[in-house]
Amino acid sequence: MDFEDSPEEAAFRAEVRAWLDANAAPRVEREAGNPLDERLDSGQMAKAKAWQKKRADRGYARITWPLGMGGIAGTPMQSIIYGQEETKYDVPSGAAFAIGLGMCIPTVMAYCGEETRARYVKPAVEGAEIWCQLFSEPAGGSDVAALRTRAEKNGDGWTINGSKIWTTGAQFSDYGLLLARTDPTVPKHKGLTMFYLSMTTPGVEVRPIRQASSGSGFNEIFFTDVRIADSQRVGEIGQGWQVALTTLMHERLAVGGGQGGGIDVPQLLQLARGLELEDGPAIRNAAVREKIADWYVRSAGLKYTTLRTMTALSRSQQPGPEASIAKIVVASKLQDLCAFALELEGEAGMLSGEEAPMHGMFQSGWLGAPGLRIAGGTDEILRNIIAERVLGLPGDVRVDKDVPFNQVPTGR
Amino acid sequence: MNFDFSDEQKQIKDQARKFLNEKCTTRIVRKLYDGGGNFDPVLWAQIAQLGWMGTAIPEEFGGLGLGYLELCVIAEELGRALAPVPFSSTVYLFAEALLIAGTDDQKRRLLPGIARGEIVGTFARSEGPGAVTPKTIRTGFRNGRLSGTKIAVADGMDAHCAVVLARGSEEAGARGLHLALVDLNGAGIRREAVATLDPSRGAARLVFDDADAEALGALGQGWQLASRVLDGAAVLMAFEQVGGADACLAMAKDYAMTRYAFGRPIASFQAIKHKLADMYVNTELARSNAYYGAWALSTDARELPLAAAAARVSATQAFDYAAKENTQTHGGIGFTWEADCHFYYKRSRQLGLALGPQRAWKDKLVGELERSNAA
Repeated sequence: MDFEDSPEEAAFRAEVRAWLDANAAPRVEREAGNPLDERLDSGQMAKAKAWQKKRADRGYARITWPLGMGGIAGTPMQSIIYGQEETKYDVPSGAAFAIGLGMCIPTVMAYCGEETRARYVKPAVEGAEIWCQLFSEPAGGSDVAALRTRAEKNGDGWTINGSKIWTTGAQFSDYGLLLARTDPTVPKHKGLTMFYLSMTTPGVEVRPIRQASSGSGFNEIFFTDVRIADSQRVGEIGQGWQVALTTLMHERLAVGGGQGGGIDVPQLLQLARGLELEDGPAIRNAAVREKIADWYVRSAGLKYTTLRTMTALSRSQQPGPEASIAKIVVASKLQDLCAFALELEGEAGMLSGEEAPMHGMFQSGWLGAPGLRIAGGTDEILRNIIAERVLGLPGDVRVDKDVPFNQVPTGR
Repeated sequence: MNFDFSDEQKQIKDQARKFLNEKCTTRIVRKLYDGGGNFDPVLWAQIAQLGWMGTAIPEEFGGLGLGYLELCVIAEELGRALAPVPFSSTVYLFAEALLIAGTDDQKRRLLPGIARGEIVGTFARSEGPGAVTPKTIRTGFRNGRLSGTKIAVADGMDAHCAVVLARGSEEAGARGLHLALVDLNGAGIRREAVATLDPSRGAARLVFDDADAEALGALGQGWQLASRVLDGAAVLMAFEQVGGADACLAMAKDYAMTRYAFGRPIASFQAIKHKLADMYVNTELARSNAYYGAWALSTDARELPLAAAAARVSATQAFDYAAKENTQTHGGIGFTWEADCHFYYKRSRQLGLALGPQRAWKDKLVGELERSNAA
């Protein structure tokens, strides 16, 4: 048991470092902002695209993808090593490309013909075209298959009407992967079909959603008589749910952690060291120490869980299901830890921004945490997934399973 | 990255699991609950035969000379099986104290007997309710004579020898503390069985009245040595706790899948599913922290105190949660004497207290964080 690279891994790490040294400057410490909004700062977009192109040319944009497609046909472990090294350099965030390359494009690669793949994969991996995922709807959040956006056959093509919501990065996106209902007379999973479309197609309107944290990482998308060609269909008619599962499976491949926006135990420790409480320095207070320890063991547990997952990858084994616990732990810890930090700050805890202690880091984390507990699978859905897929417990009773979609009660 | 046990270590674990599955059913535990003694001597003899006590004891002292990673995987299985044997007292504490602080002669005298399963040992620290601090150690050790009372000494009725934390001088705080090595069958020692939460893990009150004892390790080093011994024991115990938590999850799952209410298995209700998912999350976090502890222990890393404290806190939380929610998942039957749930409920609390409560370990953990932060 150790934390060392294998000789091959060490050689690859050296190669990556040499390339990064030649192409980027070392990272300077930045202050944490809002954990959800930071990654989509539009001013950074041009720089992010340029960096993405550079990475793609070198084959470091999607390391596991084939040569000439932004990759080097590398291993998942090499991909992790690159990620570890890149965080040490001052480079633009690749977050804007994450959904397209992590979920949409793999789906296109799995279900579309050669011509479509040749047209879309390369511009996406080079950062020239950004993709978003158009699945969730006002009436279909955790229950995505309950979505209502209609795609109706119209001559050679399709007409789309409806709306999507919680679409990350739609305001920057050139294309979207769209799940729509093509047959409302069959049970919900059976009447769906997947499409892709340009976000500039007439009738598509993107409206940012203003979050409680006052940031706007998500959007609402409206489709009004949007015409698209049948060649923009991804997979068979009525096969949309299976196609969507491919997309969502790719979502889970990411080796996680790091979603806490840089707000964790070290920052709380720093706060506690500088504050005076009723009975002396906060760091000497037993209740404070207990809390710090509670969160530390969760953070450390996650960190070492990630190392276990990496070990499996390094040994070319399938990682165990333990990787699925990350988001449940991170999001609620962030919320609780920030709330506690505000308690320690006392009445000054109600300040926000620069006026607040440590540049309002804990206020901003506390405001962003509710979104983290929802986005990408709510805490509740993630617990269901662990219960069903990891522990093998029975699925929920689904009263709408065999009912034609247009007869399912909607409540409003 | 190589942060996992090796195939050989996993094989040892599988073998231990198979063996305990067969030889250490909860019927064995139940016998002790129903008044069948302090531990199971048959099981003890069998695991001695397998050499488990000597796993981390070097060959020159009669052990197998494997290492701590091998001991960790065995510990997990002992915890899963609720093995009612004085393994932790003898191996994690007593043998480790000898290895850490003993002279060559002390090691030669005692370690081979431990490895053969002939010597049961223990470690006596606490003298009553509340925290154990240098101030609370009143047992005296002067000129080779030991006097005082230690309470809730694990396996104290069956141990042949003990390491005792005692005050050797009036020097303030930790500096006046020594470790004493004492033969519990000698003169001037009275032991009384004390009832414990977990009847399958017995304990005693040890009363020393001018008993013969020898120093273990340098005088004045008692507190530091005890801390080091506890760090190692915390890692090993964490594996027992993770094993126990895992067993609770399996048991809760089995019951929830077969118990029907409202026309369906209770495992299909989210109230139960989410509880079990939380058990899984806590147990995996604890397992990962325990792995890091195992690494730190096996390499005698600088990080051991922090790693041990994190492993300890995390494992205690995971086992406590799993044991209480397993009982809850079982509904009414869960709190009967007849069901096995209470074995885990009681064991989880007993293990959670045996090396000191969470509060003490959390305080230590934060102390280590402050230290590493300042460095």
